[in-house]
Amino acid sequence: MALDSKIPPGPIDKKWTYHKGHMRIVAPANKRRIDVIVVGTGLAGGAAAASLAEMGYNVKAFCFQDSARRAHSIAAQGGINAAKNYQNDGDSTYRLFYDTVKGGDYRAREANVYRLAEVSANIIDQCVAQGVPFARDYGGLLDNRSFGGVQVSRTFYARGQTGQQLLLGAYSALMRQVGKGAVQMFDRHEMLDVVIVDGKARGIIARNLITGEIERHGAHAVLLCTGGYGNVFFLSTNAMGSNVTAAWKAHKRGAYFGNPCYTQIHPTCIPVSGTHQSKLTLMSESLRNDGRIWVPKNLEDAKAIRDGRKKGSDIPEADRDYYLERRYPAFGNLVPRDVASRAAKERCDAGYGVNKTGEAVYLDFSAAIERYGKQQANILKIENPSKEKITELGRAVVSEKYGNLFDMYENIVGENPYDHAMKIYPAVHYTMGGLWVDYNLQTTVPGLFALGEANFSDHGANRLGASALMQGLADGYFVIPYTVGDYLADDIRTGPIDTKRPEFDAAEKEVTDRINHFLNNKGSKPVDEFHRRLGKVMWDKCGMARNAQGLQEAIAEIRQIREEFYRDVRVTGKANEFNQELEKAGRVADFLELGELMCVDALNRKESCGGHFREEYAETEGPQQGEAKRDDANYAYVAAWEWTGDAGKANLHKEPLTFEEVKLTQRSYK
Amino acid sequence: MGNMKLTLKIWRQSGPNDKGRMETYPVHDVSEDMSFLEMLDVLNDQLVRKGKDPIAFDHDCREGICGMCSLFINGEAHGPGRGITTCQLHMRKFKDGDTIYVEPWRSTAFPVIKDLATNRSAFDRIQAAGGFVSVNTSGNLVDGNAVPIPKHDADKAFDAATCIGCGACVATCPNGSAMLFTAAKVSQLALLPQGRPEAKRRALAMVEQMDKEGFGNCSNTGACEVECPKGISLEHIARLNREYLAATVTKE
Repeated sequence: MALDSKIPPGPIDKKWTYHKGHMRIVAPANKRRIDVIVVGTGLAGGAAAASLAEMGYNVKAFCFQDSARRAHSIAAQGGINAAKNYQNDGDSTYRLFYDTVKGGDYRAREANVYRLAEVSANIIDQCVAQGVPFARDYGGLLDNRSFGGVQVSRTFYARGQTGQQLLLGAYSALMRQVGKGAVQMFDRHEMLDVVIVDGKARGIIARNLITGEIERHGAHAVLLCTGGYGNVFFLSTNAMGSNVTAAWKAHKRGAYFGNPCYTQIHPTCIPVSGTHQSKLTLMSESLRNDGRIWVPKNLEDAKAIRDGRKKGSDIPEADRDYYLERRYPAFGNLVPRDVASRAAKERCDAGYGVNKTGEAVYLDFSAAIERYGKQQANILKIENPSKEKITELGRAVVSEKYGNLFDMYENIVGENPYDHAMKIYPAVHYTMGGLWVDYNLQTTVPGLFALGEANFSDHGANRLGASALMQGLADGYFVIPYTVGDYLADDIRTGPIDTKRPEFDAAEKEVTDRINHFLNNKGSKPVDEFHRRLGKVMWDKCGMARNAQGLQEAIAEIRQIREEFYRDVRVTGKANEFNQELEKAGRVADFLELGELMCVDALNRKESCGGHFREEYAETEGPQQGEAKRDDANYAYVAAWEWTGDAGKANLHKEPLTFEEVKLTQRSYK
Repeated sequence: MGNMKLTLKIWRQSGPNDKGRMETYPVHDVSEDMSFLEMLDVLNDQLVRKGKDPIAFDHDCREGICGMCSLFINGEAHGPGRGITTCQLHMRKFKDGDTIYVEPWRSTAFPVIKDLATNRSAFDRIQAAGGFVSVNTSGNLVDGNAVPIPKHDADKAFDAATCIGCGACVATCPNGSAMLFTAAKVSQLALLPQGRPEAKRRALAMVEQMDKEGFGNCSNTGACEVECPKGISLEHIARLNREYLAATVTKE
């Protein structure tokens, strides 16, 4: 099947307006006859479910958590971008668009990105109207801060809990519709398959996680808002339950998977401390506004720190290597995430790491504390303040900005980051890849849409900070309400979907067979053991740096783990009960297939771009030495993979990326 | 792996109709860097390998923000330590050889699903009764800066809005009251100009739903504020009471 991205005609800044004006819409009376299923209740799903219900559709919303409010969008810390130009620093829709395309290393679809930038300002207005308590300045107006990869301040925030506040805003809109009966909410339900009737998505099979009952739900359209698949690495900043199952089932039913190898490794996470670890915790990128990243200049100092003979504070200023400021003077500590992560890895691989494992760098706030302390002393008219007073005042400012992050750090590490520089290291955080969608957010299966992190569309090969929240809400509030109507206009006379059809029978049987397989397997090893093994292979060979040999090894190893998994996994308990081991088994089974496809995609893409860094394709000389080397002539396309029955034998379809607005250049942050 | 050895006394209950009982589990190889939930992962790993039923407990983000984890540990909601959830509790708070009691949230309004997992859907129903601003998601609204909000009010609203809906307040309250939870939302929206038009209706509707769900009354013991992982202040209950009173006396 040829891929049609359905990009509307016209100049880039008129496309969305033109498209909105020409799409078909469903009349209010007819909306009442149409059912829509929304899977996932994060920013994209919560926003979509609320918006569609407001418009008059019958919405069924599903989440695996015990409440819609717990979706992992809630954990986003730093902020949300919007081209408001409140700071008068030269921001505009075009600049946000440009920064996003460039930040994504020219592997995103221009038209989608422009639309995202275009609706970004409305998101802020919407959220303010819903009562989202954004940070404000003393004049009562909205405050902004800077994020990586840009040179303006366009990030809106609510202390270090922006995702929480935005999600609770979307959740409140959703609950308003639940209260009205316009949304039927199914929490503690997991989607285990999508049902295709006559080539269209017409419902899902879901498991009630409390009773174990397998349920059929019919609808005229199915929206997957199920987030990313970073947990394929076992250790990531994702929530424990975040999974690829819904998207993967859709893939196996005909939805192409776009750019699966594009993974974002976030530079500032709390380093791994031991083998017991179940997840990694992010320290917001906003910290790079004020924190300076460094390692010792001398190997002996680094070794002394690792052995516990020296502390970071013992290293004099002259012996510190602020390597981001050194390598990228124009952006300094605020280079994009992929660049910052690779730079940390480079220093640690060279032996400059500062914790026991050798995989950590410092994120130091002492300079910021001093700067803010002096500023406060001026404001408070304190003459000749003592060093202690300055520190005290500066700490209060830093605490106001990042207090909750510092507390989180101290809880996990057991060390106070005001006194000792934070130690951080990159960790898996976000997946730019996802289900391939056209401009309407529709997958290659008619009636099946993918929103937010679950789709591949807006971030190219690297996402800029504070853009995930923007995309989730843009898709849910402002894009899908239009585009789904265009599709549903054909369904006003379809009538309710009959879930007794043979297609539902078949899908349900597949689901129950699989559950029974796990429960009857009586192997010897718990699910987590296989998940950890998969994660290690992925991290070592399909992580921050990749090469052909490693990827080929990874594919063989993943196949081996998968084979062992089906043979030797032990899942306790029964099907018809609350069974968390069974839930995990189903998710890990899908990760074991996805992981292979990620490696296949990474192997196919013989270039370095954004988060995908192939060691064979780096600049070897000149000022950009060591930086990623794209190959626009051969790889300026979206890799959309079609399932053929085996993860390793997926069919590649290419959507060529054409750039009419932005000139492709080497992405330089120097 | 670490070398702490612990004795766990854990509540086991196969379902809402089972009476339930405390059972004893020795657990070894615990490191002080583990979170409490990672320690339970170790125990569950050991149980699954023996073919025994692992302990069911709710958790998701494991960074203290989703509100899914719960657990009453040694008689305290979210265990020892203040301002943290169970997933943020680390084993360095315990000593080698300790005996630790682990129970689910106990409240009539939160029936046990299995073992340590409870059903907190009552909270969603309270939100659905009025925990929102009635504005559609058209995006065609006034500019976000059209109405300046004093920083002090915005900050106070934020403090209330940080509630994660975990239910520690209910679990720890001798009356099983959900006043802190309900007050957090009422207060957040009462402090913001966007929330004012519906303030009366909201306070009445949310309190009514709260009562319907079977939560107890507030008798100002203040235990909720102490155990709240987000430090939601009792001040918000006071604001809810004022809002509620005002709404009641001016009700049409």
